[in-house]
Amino acid sequence: MTKYLLYPGCSLESNARAYHDSLMAISGPLGLELEEIHDWNCCGATEYVGISLTPAYALISRNLALAAKQANGTRTVVAPCSACYLNLAKADYYMRESPRLGVKVNTALAAGDMHYTPGSLQIRHLLDVIMNDIGLETVKRGVVRPLTGLRVAPYLGCMVPRPDYEHRWSNPEYPTELDRVLKALGAEVIDFPLKTHCCGGHMTQIGPDVAYELIRRLVHAAAEYRADMMVTLCPMCQLNIDAYQGEMNRHFGTNYRMPILFFTQLMGLAFGKDPGELGIGRELVNAHAALARIGVEVPPAEAAPAPRKPRRPKEALPMPHMPEDMEVNQ
Amino acid sequence: MTTTAIEVEIERPDLPPLPQPPIADLRFLEEVAAATAGVSRLEMCIQCGTCGGSCPPSADMDHTPRQLFAMIRAGMRDEALRSNTPWICVSCYHCVVRCPQGVHIADVMYTLKSMAIRAKLYKDSTAPDFSQTFVDFVENYGRSFEFGLATRHYLKHYPLRLPGMVPKGFGMLARGRMDLTPHRIEGLDQFRAILARAKELEAAS
Repeated sequence: MTKYLLYPGCSLESNARAYHDSLMAISGPLGLELEEIHDWNCCGATEYVGISLTPAYALISRNLALAAKQANGTRTVVAPCSACYLNLAKADYYMRESPRLGVKVNTALAAGDMHYTPGSLQIRHLLDVIMNDIGLETVKRGVVRPLTGLRVAPYLGCMVPRPDYEHRWSNPEYPTELDRVLKALGAEVIDFPLKTHCCGGHMTQIGPDVAYELIRRLVHAAAEYRADMMVTLCPMCQLNIDAYQGEMNRHFGTNYRMPILFFTQLMGLAFGKDPGELGIGRELVNAHAALARIGVEVPPAEAAPAPRKPRRPKEALPMPHMPEDMEVNQ
Repeated sequence: MTTTAIEVEIERPDLPPLPQPPIADLRFLEEVAAATAGVSRLEMCIQCGTCGGSCPPSADMDHTPRQLFAMIRAGMRDEALRSNTPWICVSCYHCVVRCPQGVHIADVMYTLKSMAIRAKLYKDSTAPDFSQTFVDFVENYGRSFEFGLATRHYLKHYPLRLPGMVPKGFGMLARGRMDLTPHRIEGLDQFRAILARAKELEAAS
């Protein structure tokens, strides 16, 4: 077992729960010992630093200080979320690049009786750890149900391969690490030209038209390449492409239905794990048809509430009714 | 700060007026660079335009990043802080890895956002409000709170879109992807003390 400190981030305990569940499921077979950083806080995403610099970096660095204090047998923090990974890595890097920032941040941390020495931890993304520490041989050895016949578009988005100040990736614009992991699982991996293009990030919230166009480009390209699904490593990318695909379709009058799962979910499937344990079924654009190609049946989402009895008989309400079988993402 | 006036013998009413007071505005570049995390290298920009050419949403921007950096250098403080460019930037870092001068472009955009908020110069409040609402929840609980963020943001800025959001919100709830209550960290007092100190330091700088 190789030990790491885990910074899960807020998304993994809410909208990207499937990422967390599937990571937990594959950590055993991969020999990953993940120790969660106790009482970690939000990294500020792409929002805090646009409001105020010092508080934003102090917020990020509280996590680094916690991790450094907790570190026992490892100095590596692993983050599965792109924005978290980048924020933690950037804070550490910029405090080394500009000691002035480090002094400010530590003055703030001192108010909470904390300290962080820049450079004392390694901040790495989960995919980097799987590729470079665990290795493809271990991944291959764990495969009991090869994903043969599943055609996937590997999609990394922006913030894991870029800006890559520490040069951890094969290429900041066209990295091949995710492709190689998916190939090791037996999947048919398309050479996806948009693999590190932007999903729109927070623009789905503040300028939806800008985001819809970026989502359209990605989904369109994946469909053109006849991908059964896109596979990602970023909660924001997954959310935008999954939950906003319906709105994007309405905006452009298109009818794409491109599922997107986390790479850890596909690893879990290849390792023979139960789809429910991997959070499969939590996606809004369902992956049933794609997964049927590898003989996986998708259970209904566990948290689905029981249908309520209508408060009044339908005929009493002079209101239009939603068709019973209508899907939320039509 | 010394403010030596630039001597002008020939008036040119056809051109934009020289910044007044001249030196203070021409120091805008230094100010932006100093307020950016790490070493921004903004002074190193050679106006090659690689950033704008690499930018996915540049068509929606008032100015490409290259233009904006030239404006900063020219001391056009108000115009630069009124530009929608930093708010359209999606932090994709394509420009950052392609910039031949290694300018921390995405971080300069964050700096311009915070300066525009402080100077109350950005006209459309949707984006600053979204960031502020996100941060408010984080400061309260230590973690982000998506349900609160989405409802508050949509109520304020897209009330007409709310009904359309209901099925999706319900889908997220039904799939266990959204919590109706926030997650709180244990060390909230200590967390807030750190942020309070950080805000004092920021105000003093």
